[in-house]
Amino acid sequence: MRTKLLALAAVLAPVAAFAAGGEAKLDHANVDVTNRASLQRGAANFVNYCLGCHSAKFVRYNRMAADLGLSEEQLIANLMYTGERPHDTMRIGMVADDAKRWFGVLPPDLSLVARSRGADYLYTFLRSFYVDPSKPTGVNNIVLPGTAMPHVLWELQGVQEAVWEGHPDAQGNVQKHFKEFKLLEPGRMTPEEFDGFVRDTVNFLEYAAEPAQLQRKALGFPVIAFLVFFTLLAWALKKEYWKDVK
Amino acid sequence: MGTATEKVAARTGGGRLAALTGWIDERFPMTKLWKEQVSEYYAPKNMNFWYFFGSLALFVLVIQFVTGIFLTMNYKPSAADAFGSVEYIMRDVEWGWLIRYMHSTGASAFFVVVYLHMFRALLYGSYQKPRELLWIIGMLIYFALMAEAFFGYLLPWGNMSYWGAQVIVSLFGAIPVVGDSLTEWIRGDFYISDVTLNRFFALHVVAIPLVLVFLVVAHLMALHEVGSNNPDGVEIKKVKGPDGLPLDGIPFHPYYTVKDLIGVGVFLILFSLVIFFAPTMGGYFLEHANFDPANPLQTPPHIAPVWYFTPFYAILRAVPSKGLGAALMGLAVVLFVFLPWLDRGKVKSIRYRGPLFKFFLYSFAISFLVLGWLGLQPPTPLFTNLARFFTVVYFAFFLLMPWYTSIDKTKPVPTRVTYHAH
Repeated sequence: MRTKLLALAAVLAPVAAFAAGGEAKLDHANVDVTNRASLQRGAANFVNYCLGCHSAKFVRYNRMAADLGLSEEQLIANLMYTGERPHDTMRIGMVADDAKRWFGVLPPDLSLVARSRGADYLYTFLRSFYVDPSKPTGVNNIVLPGTAMPHVLWELQGVQEAVWEGHPDAQGNVQKHFKEFKLLEPGRMTPEEFDGFVRDTVNFLEYAAEPAQLQRKALGFPVIAFLVFFTLLAWALKKEYWKDVK
Repeated sequence: MGTATEKVAARTGGGRLAALTGWIDERFPMTKLWKEQVSEYYAPKNMNFWYFFGSLALFVLVIQFVTGIFLTMNYKPSAADAFGSVEYIMRDVEWGWLIRYMHSTGASAFFVVVYLHMFRALLYGSYQKPRELLWIIGMLIYFALMAEAFFGYLLPWGNMSYWGAQVIVSLFGAIPVVGDSLTEWIRGDFYISDVTLNRFFALHVVAIPLVLVFLVVAHLMALHEVGSNNPDGVEIKKVKGPDGLPLDGIPFHPYYTVKDLIGVGVFLILFSLVIFFAPTMGGYFLEHANFDPANPLQTPPHIAPVWYFTPFYAILRAVPSKGLGAALMGLAVVLFVFLPWLDRGKVKSIRYRGPLFKFFLYSFAISFLVLGWLGLQPPTPLFTNLARFFTVVYFAFFLLMPWYTSIDKTKPVPTRVTYHAH
């Protein structure tokens, strides 16, 4: 059955990639929502680095703690800073009008971003900021050119520049294509550590977009096992009843 | 002597249950209805795989009603709250995610089942005399189902809900003279808004379901009046035994009730695979852009209706003029109604049809699938030309039917159904 699902995923992949909308090639996030340690690290990353500007207004703290295997004490001590209560959802203090004045746009709520954009998009986006002095934030992004978001994780990743390659077209105009990133100034993390950091964060967003997926996938197998048993029983019943139909 | 109640009690060996049955039967035709419609409704014994989809359609209708009632208990039909209330159902309502996925998957499952049910009718000529009204009532059910799906799709108030509704409602603008005022009247506003959401909610949970129930009852009444067709297209009522019962018929209950249980089982296995392991079906059943709330200022990168409307959407896009495209799209849906009169064939079943009918039917089936796929893709010049080609194939099936069915070389039809016991 897993191979069938994989085959299905392969067929549907072009549609999913298109729906993500970006021109840039996306890297595989390889997230795994059953990896609890990764989810816990991702939750910490999210509340430390994202939750200042981005809300996750449908994600409830205590539900998250329960799903991630954390006690209420651990939740309050490690993931809650600003006086919310455990049954609250992840809202932010930033006023919308201020946000618009500062960034030009309202930072979007991230509750469902993994479902609307996909994990690969987020994983690639967060790793694709590069120096661009023409922008007010000093950075630009390959996946979402012109983004209003500053490179919040620069201390961790370091500063990188984009290397372009040019292909002159028929009219002699050079079309620039992104080739690769070059690290100008290393951050606190090695590139491998940083990829892991982003992967954990995206994994958490993947979970946050559909907390029920943990129960959903676990419940699927017993339900289908029962239905197979039911169908065999129905088949035997039919065979018995239809014996006298000539 | 004694009353009728006592007679029934005596006949069935007495007992309180029999007495109660008798009491009811004197006041309401319970036993009579059960016998006429179920236990003494004679169905052909040779009905095959294709005959599962009628009972399955009824089964999915029940799923949609039950899950829909529970969704309505927690859903808020307002532009401000709708999107959030769906997420509330997904996260905070006990088993809300399961109810919601059953309903959203049920919508797609309904169309899968109904398309297969309709294709069965094409295969075995089930729309032909004397089942023309049965077929037309069935088509009305299909139209009501399309309306139900369209109204329901706006309710999650995601961005694809919003823009999908915007595109489809604007099609009415293609109608000359009254178009613009008509679209305004449908929306109740100058754009898709809170007002539109409220009225679509009313239509989705009250008006159309009421129409659907009425039509389904009428469909079953018509079916039980004329009797079920079968893969041989032979009327079983023509060959009766000395007891006046069709020789090739068997009582619907218990034979087909137990057989349909297998269909329900297999259906539920496939249904559960989607619900538990791929509820969005990679963006086909729940579209990615619909996880962004409705935003009147930002269109999704690529607007496409859900898969079950895409064959018609592809026809719409294949035509350069919006008015003509909308007219052809409408015609593509409505032409089914006229099949009983377009078909001049002397036989019903594909088993005894000639090569011409087979060619046109299979071409039609392929064009329906290809158009459905094309309707999901962004339009490119190649895809538009492909869509034009398959639009012609689609319409050829209907418009050339009087010609090819009347000259087709058919095979002789047996007097009795073919059935091999196993």
